[in-house]
Amino acid sequence: MGKRVVITGLGVCAPNGIGLDDFTKALQDGTSGIRFDKQLEDLEFACQIAGEPQLNETLINQYFTPLQLRGLNASGILYGVIAGTDAWKDAGLSIAEKEAPDWDSGIIFGTGILGVDKFRESTHLVDSKNVRRIGSTTVLQTMASGISAYLGGILGCGNQVTTNSSACTTGTEGILMAYDRIVSGKAKRILTGSCSDSGPYVWGGFDAMRILPRKYNDNPTKGSRPMSASAAGFVPGSGAGALILESLESAQERGAKIYAEVLGGAVNSGGQRGKGSMTAPNSHAVQRCIREAVESADIQSADVDAINGHLTATSKDPTEIKNWAKALKRDGKDFPYVNSFKGLFGHCLAASGSIESVGAVLQFRKGQVFGNVNCDDLHTEILELVDEEKIPRKTILHSAKIVAKASFGFGDVNACVIFKAFND
Amino acid sequence: MTGTEHYQKLHDIIKIYLPEDVSAEHISEESHLINELNINSANLVDIVLDVEDAFDIRLENEDMDQMETVKDALRIIDSKLSDK
Repeated sequence: MGKRVVITGLGVCAPNGIGLDDFTKALQDGTSGIRFDKQLEDLEFACQIAGEPQLNETLINQYFTPLQLRGLNASGILYGVIAGTDAWKDAGLSIAEKEAPDWDSGIIFGTGILGVDKFRESTHLVDSKNVRRIGSTTVLQTMASGISAYLGGILGCGNQVTTNSSACTTGTEGILMAYDRIVSGKAKRILTGSCSDSGPYVWGGFDAMRILPRKYNDNPTKGSRPMSASAAGFVPGSGAGALILESLESAQERGAKIYAEVLGGAVNSGGQRGKGSMTAPNSHAVQRCIREAVESADIQSADVDAINGHLTATSKDPTEIKNWAKALKRDGKDFPYVNSFKGLFGHCLAASGSIESVGAVLQFRKGQVFGNVNCDDLHTEILELVDEEKIPRKTILHSAKIVAKASFGFGDVNACVIFKAFND
Repeated sequence: MTGTEHYQKLHDIIKIYLPEDVSAEHISEESHLINELNINSANLVDIVLDVEDAFDIRLENEDMDQMETVKDALRIIDSKLSDK
């Protein structure tokens, strides 16, 4: 029997709130973090709205030394360090002494692509035959594992320190990687999370694919419409979420507060076979992933009280709901409560799974299921499967015992994790 | 620019790269950048770039190799400026 795993710390740097207090309030109240983006307008993007965390210098200076900030031009590192350090502190953990690392603590902090703006800077220098002017931190800011490397150095972690990358499943996958490492006794605790850079060089490719909404530039907060009949594409976002996963025995020894238990989960791929492709999920794989997650957690599908979906606000949302309904064999009034936080901050890509997991777990703390926005016109195919009351349009009081969170990503990859309210 | 101004300018560049446990008061003309001020060798690359910008000069690899102490750096800066 492997070790039980609990969540003892959370941190978040989201477009609609930095820090747990602001983020919780924004989710409870339905406060949007999606804004008009002047730079996207100047560059003639079709979609000129985005969800970007609102950082300022005072805040940044609390997390970075002047030396670390020298030439730092990687927004994902800013977001990831803020969320990761906050989660560490929230768990009541201390920073390792100067002479030796904390061998029991590791980091699995993912990203899709890192330091894009820094990379652009160096590309210009290289092309103008000025490679010698690139400086010493370009490599550290643009290597994918830059984020785990920065956090690892700040906190002094001596267990596994790595970065996973699986497109938009990255954050949720990372939670399960951390879970596995703790269950097997290889680490006492892992800081897991994910981050995603902001800006046109990250989002441009999606604009070119014509999968971002184009008609909400004058009305940004209405642009992200998960589960709605008028869903018009996902709003690009950025940020970071972070969770401390820890063995139950370590948490209890430390007297740490416990947000929830991680019961298990599953990851798989549709192999880009059947109806799966590089960009579209194979529904059989999605259903299988959800079923395997339920089995791994040793619960019945009837036990799932609430779902926090991937639900990006594209035409695929009804397909996702169908997959949940089939996998759990539940529909109508029997369907669990379901929400998508993307209506409030868009699709934060590699960061989405971790930011949304932080939100999903906060629901236990508040005894609430946070409300959906921009879906008063629910998609008819969704209404055929799910009773309207299961898709709350306002935050409701409901003490869920089991919350399932899933993320799906390009490359036909899937991840589903099962969280449980902790009471022992 | 006088010698004192050069020193002050260099001092202000170097102090950013000091590790947390070395204060700017430790910087003197005699200080060895790596051995005494504990500056990370990767950061020497950045100090060179900052010096290039601040004094509008260009430093070559061999200049960098000779730049062990603050005094060495000042000597190299002066010679580059007089060559201009």
